[in-house]
Amino acid sequence: MSNTPSENRVRFGVPENSMVFARGVRKSYGQLEVLKGVDIDVPTGSVACIIGPSGSGKSTFLRCINHLEKLTGGILLVDGAFVGYDLRDDRLYEVKDDELCQRRAEIGMLFQSFNLFSHMTVMENLIEAPIHVRRMPAEQAKAEALELLARVGLSEKVDRYPRELSGGQQQRVAIARAMAMKPKVLLFDEPTSALDPELVGEVLQVMRDLAEAGMTMVVVTHEIGFAREIGDQLIFMDGGVIVEQGDPREMIANPQSPRTREFLSKVL
Amino acid sequence: MSKVDASETRPQPSSLVADVDRLVVVPRRNYGIWIGTALTLVLSFFILRAFAVNPAFGWETAAGYLFHPSIMRGLLNTLILTVVIMALAIIIGTVVAVMRVSPSPVLRGFAGAYVWFFRGVPALIQLIFWFNLALLVREFSLTLPFVGEVFSIRTNDFMTPFFSAVVALSLCEAGYMAEIIRAGIKSVPSGQSEAASALGMPYRNILKRIVLPQAMRFVVPPTGNEAINLLKMTSLVTFIAVDDLFYSAQSIYARTFETIPLLIVVAFWYLAVVSIMSVGQHFLERHFGRSETRTDSWALRVVRNAIGSRAKEFSA
Ligand SMILES: Nc1ncnc2c1ncn2[C@@H]1O[C@H](COP(=O)(O)OP(=O)(O)OP(=O)(O)O)[C@@H](O)[C@H]1O
Ligand SMILES: [Mg+2]
Repeated sequence: MSNTPSENRVRFGVPENSMVFARGVRKSYGQLEVLKGVDIDVPTGSVACIIGPSGSGKSTFLRCINHLEKLTGGILLVDGAFVGYDLRDDRLYEVKDDELCQRRAEIGMLFQSFNLFSHMTVMENLIEAPIHVRRMPAEQAKAEALELLARVGLSEKVDRYPRELSGGQQQRVAIARAMAMKPKVLLFDEPTSALDPELVGEVLQVMRDLAEAGMTMVVVTHEIGFAREIGDQLIFMDGGVIVEQGDPREMIANPQSPRTREFLSKVL
Repeated sequence: MSKVDASETRPQPSSLVADVDRLVVVPRRNYGIWIGTALTLVLSFFILRAFAVNPAFGWETAAGYLFHPSIMRGLLNTLILTVVIMALAIIIGTVVAVMRVSPSPVLRGFAGAYVWFFRGVPALIQLIFWFNLALLVREFSLTLPFVGEVFSIRTNDFMTPFFSAVVALSLCEAGYMAEIIRAGIKSVPSGQSEAASALGMPYRNILKRIVLPQAMRFVVPPTGNEAINLLKMTSLVTFIAVDDLFYSAQSIYARTFETIPLLIVVAFWYLAVVSIMSVGQHFLERHFGRSETRTDSWALRVVRNAIGSRAKEFSA
């Protein structure tokens, strides 16, 4: 078998502790090239924040990481391995659906619009994938779900339906749902953009706790304060390329590129 | 509206409230509605009188046939046809609807053609076509290489009137159900399946556990209408001599010439069944709208868990 982390590491020069490794990632929709060669390194246990104007390809890049979108060029490895392919004899073989699902289950994703399953209670939302994808016994899944709900401070909402929760509570449940799969990495696509200002804090607090617990996270966000406080690196994307990346505090205080400076002046 | 004279000393808030409470509201007069009401009453009176006094209606005769054994047998057949056909139509319709939203253009095309054909050709013509299938195909046989003929059956032996009615009307009804279910699937926001994919759920699971259950809420009301339509549509089977409710009535009045009374009997039973179905539909709608409206009593949840597939694993 190939596509093992160790082989890929040697072959593509992937750093030892890399969780997300992208080189020359391209993505086109027909004529429209949305990503034009993106290089990113996210070490295990670190937090990468991605900022950039609307349409710059941030969401598309996140969706490439868990193979919801197929790349049209470049390579993308998660924990040293391809998500959608097996590399054998210099060819990338697309993996079977079930295998892809198992690999995708290790990559959690959070959305701007929460996307909790609206016909299921909070508990049902949390145990659905562990039971049906991970084949976990129902009792264990429920016990773990209760633990996670306690962690996001929503123990008393177990039997509620998503509609009965505030936006902030829904997003915290969504985080717990992603965590129930014990992912290696969490991808956040503007997790607080749909929230009323007074609810943003509670979601950021949960994310802060996760970061402190050592979770690897890639966060697309407009919360510059969060990026400065929690981020280990800040990536500014525009027009499908990375314009500037570096230490968040330095970059925010002293952006090198005029485009970064202009964008930061708008969101700060 | 009423006008308050507030020219002099401005009253205290509390006395103002008391003052406003004393004002009398005079409703607007809507003469149009009065005239309409009067006309409707007069009209109803004449219609009822026509029904009551015209002896040709033969109310007593009708009452006498209401529970006639062959009427009862016909009613039973009509109900069986409706239930069997509707069940098959829902199954076939779901398959066709899922094909219509599949990523494969061939499946989509096939499903599209299915709906186009079976919805486009009148039900009566399909019915007579299946009844006469023997004219087209004499027998069905399966012959395997090396094994020889496995089985062979003459079309006329299994295409009984009842069986052709079931086949024809289920295929036809499935065309409508497919469209209803497809609309339901489309009404589920794409974020739902996206989130499920991101959790690693395979496509078939996403359909079965996430999309279809949420589509149900949009599917149930029009399905109720379809079932009511179908109940009445089964009267077409009279043409191929299946003894449904209408056929039984016909065969009685063909002998006795009590045409109108027997039509009244038929109408009565159709109305009775439709009324019961409407009540059932109401409860179904409430059941599938639960995460939306949430009257969610304890009892409702017990029922849901009993019906739901996860009754064993989850009993909150
Ligand atoms: N499925 C698709 N088909 C065609 N074009 C798409 C598709 N998804 C995204 N795009 C296009 O790709 C570009 C980048 O979209 P993307 O959603 O990645 O931007 P974004 O940086 O996340 O923006 P926002 O801040 O508004 O979320 C946009 O021009 C968008 O129209
Ligand atoms: Mg986006």
